[in-house]
This record gives sequence, C-alpha cells and structure tokens, in this order.
Amino acid sequence: MIDERHYNFAFLDEGSKREIRRSILKAVAIPGYQVPFGSRELPIGRGWGTGGIQITLSIIGKEDVLKVIDQGSDESVNAVNIKKLVEECTGVEITTDSEKASVIQSRHRIPEIPMRNDQILVLQVPTPEPLRIVEPREAVTKQMHAEAEYSGMWLSLFEDLTQYGEISISSEYPVMVENRYVMNPSPIPRYDNQKLNDSETLYLFGAGREKKIYAIPPHTEVVSMCFDDVPFRTENFEGKHCRLCGAAGVYLDEIIDEKTGEKVYECSDTGFCRGRRERIS
Amino acid sequence: MAYVAVTGGKEAIEQSLKLLEIFRKSEEDLSVKCIRENMGLLIDKIMSEAGFYSEEYAALALKQCEGSVEEAVFLLRAYRSTLPRNYYSNAIDTADMRLIQRISAAFKDIPGGQILGPTYDYSHRLLDFSLAEESQVEESRGEESQVKESQAEETGEQKETSGTPGAEGLAEEVSGEDIRCQRVTDLLKAEHVLEDVPQDDTPPFDVTSNLITFPAPRSARLQTFARSDAGFLGGVAYSSMRGYGAVHPTVSELRCGYVEVCVPYVMDEGEEICIGEILVTEVEALVPSHTESEEEFDKMTLSGGYGLIFGRNENKAIAMSIADASLEKPGDTPSQDEEFVLTHGDCLEMSGFISHLKLPHYVTFQSKLDRVRTKEEV
Repeated sequence: MIDERHYNFAFLDEGSKREIRRSILKAVAIPGYQVPFGSRELPIGRGWGTGGIQITLSIIGKEDVLKVIDQGSDESVNAVNIKKLVEECTGVEITTDSEKASVIQSRHRIPEIPMRNDQILVLQVPTPEPLRIVEPREAVTKQMHAEAEYSGMWLSLFEDLTQYGEISISSEYPVMVENRYVMNPSPIPRYDNQKLNDSETLYLFGAGREKKIYAIPPHTEVVSMCFDDVPFRTENFEGKHCRLCGAAGVYLDEIIDEKTGEKVYECSDTGFCRGRRERIS
Repeated sequence: MAYVAVTGGKEAIEQSLKLLEIFRKSEEDLSVKCIRENMGLLIDKIMSEAGFYSEEYAALALKQCEGSVEEAVFLLRAYRSTLPRNYYSNAIDTADMRLIQRISAAFKDIPGGQILGPTYDYSHRLLDFSLAEESQVEESRGEESQVKESQAEETGEQKETSGTPGAEGLAEEVSGEDIRCQRVTDLLKAEHVLEDVPQDDTPPFDVTSNLITFPAPRSARLQTFARSDAGFLGGVAYSSMRGYGAVHPTVSELRCGYVEVCVPYVMDEGEEICIGEILVTEVEALVPSHTESEEEFDKMTLSGGYGLIFGRNENKAIAMSIADASLEKPGDTPSQDEEFVLTHGDCLEMSGFISHLKLPHYVTFQSKLDRVRTKEEV
C-alpha cells in the first residue's frame, strides 16, 4: 500500500472522483455520446490507459474485485502495472477470473465469457473520436455529432470498398449506437464488436489524454457500420484453434513456434483459456 | 525478462525496476537541497510544465528520475492530482511585481529603467573549466553567505550592463530597495496606439478541470501555453516568426520577479490572506494590427501578445506571447491553428502517447494482419 498519510483511497481526491462519476452518469444517460471531463494526471503514462484507470478509481469500492487485462492477458506488463497501482491505493482484491470480478478494466479486448449485469467493463481508449479519420478538428467533429452528420464516415467506408473491394478498418471499427451516435468502440478487434450489442453488462470507456468518457449501458443497440449488401466481417480464424485448450471460434493470438518455426495459435483471453484447461484436467 | 504474458509481466516489471535503481545509483549522492540550489532554471522549467509551483518537490522529482524533465513533470502532475483544491487565488496584479529583471526592446529608456537581471544573454558561453576544480569543501563553506548575496543581487541589481555573476560581482553587491514599476504598455495605452481592449473579468477557464472546447476562451489558451512543453512552444513561435505566420513582435516588456499570491479570507470575503510569493516571468509583446473605422482606411494600431510563466523562463515567456498573438491573426499556418497548437504541446500528453507505442499491440496487429492477408487472397 502507498502511504495513506500522503494519498487518498483510490489515489484521487474525493472531489475529483465525484466529478468523474457525474460524467459517467451523463455518459450512461446518453449512450455513445462523448462526455468531456476534467481528466486528472495519474502516476501512469498518459496514453497508457489513464482514462480507464480514472473510471476504475472513481467507481471502485473496498468490496470490489478487480481484474485487469491487456490484449486479453492478465500477465501483460501494462495490466500488471495498472493492477499494482489500483491495489496499492485501494487494497481491493485482484483476480484473473473474469466471472469473479465485479470490475474489469481492459485494453484492446472484451473477455470471451459474456459479462453479467452485476459487472462493469472499463475500456481504455486512445482516440475516442470515431470521426477523427475523416476530420482532424475537434470543433468540427463535435458539430458533426450534434447534427448526426455521418455522411463523411459512410463515404470513407464506401471509398474503401471501391479501393480495396472491402473495408480496410481492422480494429476500432466504428459502431452506430441506438441509431444516433457513431462511436469508437476502442481498439478492440472487430470480433469483439458484436459483444457490445444488447449486452447484459455496462461498458464504460475512458480516454484520459483526450478527456472524454462514454458508455454503453446494458441492452443498447450497437451496430457495426456497414452496408446492406456488404456484411460486416470479423477476423477470420477458420480452421484454427488454441493449442493449449483447443478452443475454436474465439480470438486467437498468432505465435511462431520457436522449435518448428510454424504458426500456432493460443487464446488471446488468457483467463478464459486457463479456466478451460483447469476444467478439462 | 519477457515482455508479455507468456512468462509473466510481474517478474519483468520487478526486474526492470531493480535495473532502474542500479542505473540511478551513484557514488556521490545529490541532496534535494543541492539540486534545488544548483539547478534553478531546470526546476523552473519543470514547475512551469507541470503547472505546479514547488521548488522543493521539483527538486525531489529530479532526484528521483535521473534528471529527466518529462519524468519530473510527470511525477509532479501525478502528485498534483491527489491534492484537493481548497482555494482559488485572487487575481494577481503583476504591475506590483518585485522585479529582478525588466527589459523593454521597444524603447531605449523606460521610466524605472532597464534591468538586465540574472541572464546568460551577455555572458560568453565558454566552458569554465575552473568549475570542475571547485572543491566540495569550498562550496559548502560558501553556501550560506552566497545564498544571502544572490538574494541581494536579485532584488538590488539595477544597471544597464550585466555583471558576470561571479564571486567578485557578488562581493560588490549592495542591497537596495524593492523595485516595482508601471508597465510599459500603460504608456502606450495612454497614447491610444494600443488597441483598446475592454476589461474582461470573466472567471478564467481552467483546462485542468475542464475539457477545452474550440474556439477556446483566451484564458484557456494562455493557461495551456503556460503549461506547454517549452520546446513545442518555442517551435510554434519560431515558425510564426520565420515565415509560417505573421508574428514578429516587439517585446514591449519582459519582466521577471516575485508576486504575492493571495486567497480570500474565509471569515471575511473582503479580506485576503497572502499565502506566499512566486517567481514568474512575464512578457508583453506588440504586433502591428488594425481596426476598422468609418473612414476610407482602417486605423493602424498595435495589439498585444501575452506570456506568463512560472520561474525564470525568459524564452518560454516570449514564445508564449508570440503563440498568443498568432492565434489572434487570421491565417492558415500551423501557429494560427488554434486546435493544433493547443492540443499538441502538453509535455505529459505527448510523451505519454508516444511512449505507449512500446506497449503490446498484438491483438490489433493480428486484426491488421487479417486485413492484409485477406486482401492478398482476393
């Protein structure tokens, strides 16, 4: 634990945490809308998940159980680092079991096991503005959202089709929320986009450097932007499975086997993979 | 020391922190006091970029991070987040500044005089090898009296040419009265050559607790610039002066000195309590402007750019005044693009986002590979 004489529970002072919670409430009330907030500086790199961490620190209580993942992994350096900070300034229980956690903070992945309505998923966001790819100026994109003026976005998807025969966006594929706001789902793979739609759980998105919070409350309609005659396609792992637990139809990490030099696959969600192996054995 | 999941990030981090300790270790340890007293300008730079005025904590941060400016700024900013905001200080009138430096490039002589103050401008930049031979004993013996003398110098010096700040110069120094002067722009205002700007007492926008929106109020611009990375702000100002912009100003006044910070007294709002003094550098720059008039031609006037930075930070304050003036001029150059200059100059934000590229990105990269490979198949 860090020194209580110098630091408050959950690092930030109570006023700051309350302010962030208010922004979260507003975000929940307007799904997909980016709520500006007075992002605080944290002892972790700005651009390394400080938006997510501020949300986690603001909502976490002493009874909460926290899981932190990065790229789906519990052991990734960034995940370990964030866990360490939250643990040191709150003393909450940390877990790698996504079903045991009440709060999960993640970067680039949504856990494989569907989350429940008594859980919250906090996602770290580098670029909250989905329209940034078509318009660099914040003042303009803000207005585009206000007017639901998304033709630039549609056009950019269409231009992709004419140029490549398909849409070239790989991860952080834009979604339409409740047919109102275009939203950046954070750099999750396209495979994870479907989990946002009509989910049981609350998704909170925090962008610390860009000072925005947004949310997808449970049972919100979230549609990946595409055309009627061009279906949205997720990453293709057909015929591949995890070499550790045998799972197929999940998001896989591609690894080069050191001995054979062959491409092999493992579950990206390490907690999910471990659980499967424990059950099998 | 594996980087990712496979063998555990926890162990890797612990080893990395141990290595850091090894690299940080030295034969001769610097005390925080020593850093504070010897690295004043570095401390000023860090305080200004951190937006946090504490010489002692800045020195502590420097000690902790091997002298890295961005790390020190980072430490202070993070610490700042833990402090509740108990008071808002009253507006400070910098005309009341207790000066250690005051220069006007606009006039040969100004009422109150020009004070070069402690500046390297007129020193010859020759490596002084005698400093390498200064013994520890001498330094510690002279320490106390030197501090007193340098304070006397700061407040008392008032001459046209700078004396070499050395032992002889200090010995001659006499202590004098506090120096306080009216602003140079007051003279120009009286003459009506300066653009008339209505007094604006709107409470300032605070970029540390609100997301800046565009167009940004001037207070937000100024606050952002004051906290900007000095290198970034310098680049913006330089580009504007050199040709990608329209501002090559005249420094009406550069002043550096101590100002009192006061907060309202809780029991009686009419009263205020002084909570301390801070050292700041302030610049008012003048740029040609014009105002529309009823007559055939527009009236030519001068308008101002403003810079105010914690500590002794002459160049950053000048750069800030140029950056400020640039945003008032219409045009398409980078320095005139408000959103561009206000969103890309924060030390913490830029270093954080650049360094995050070291984090694993294999999930998104897998997704990218998937796209590239599909295209190949097509």
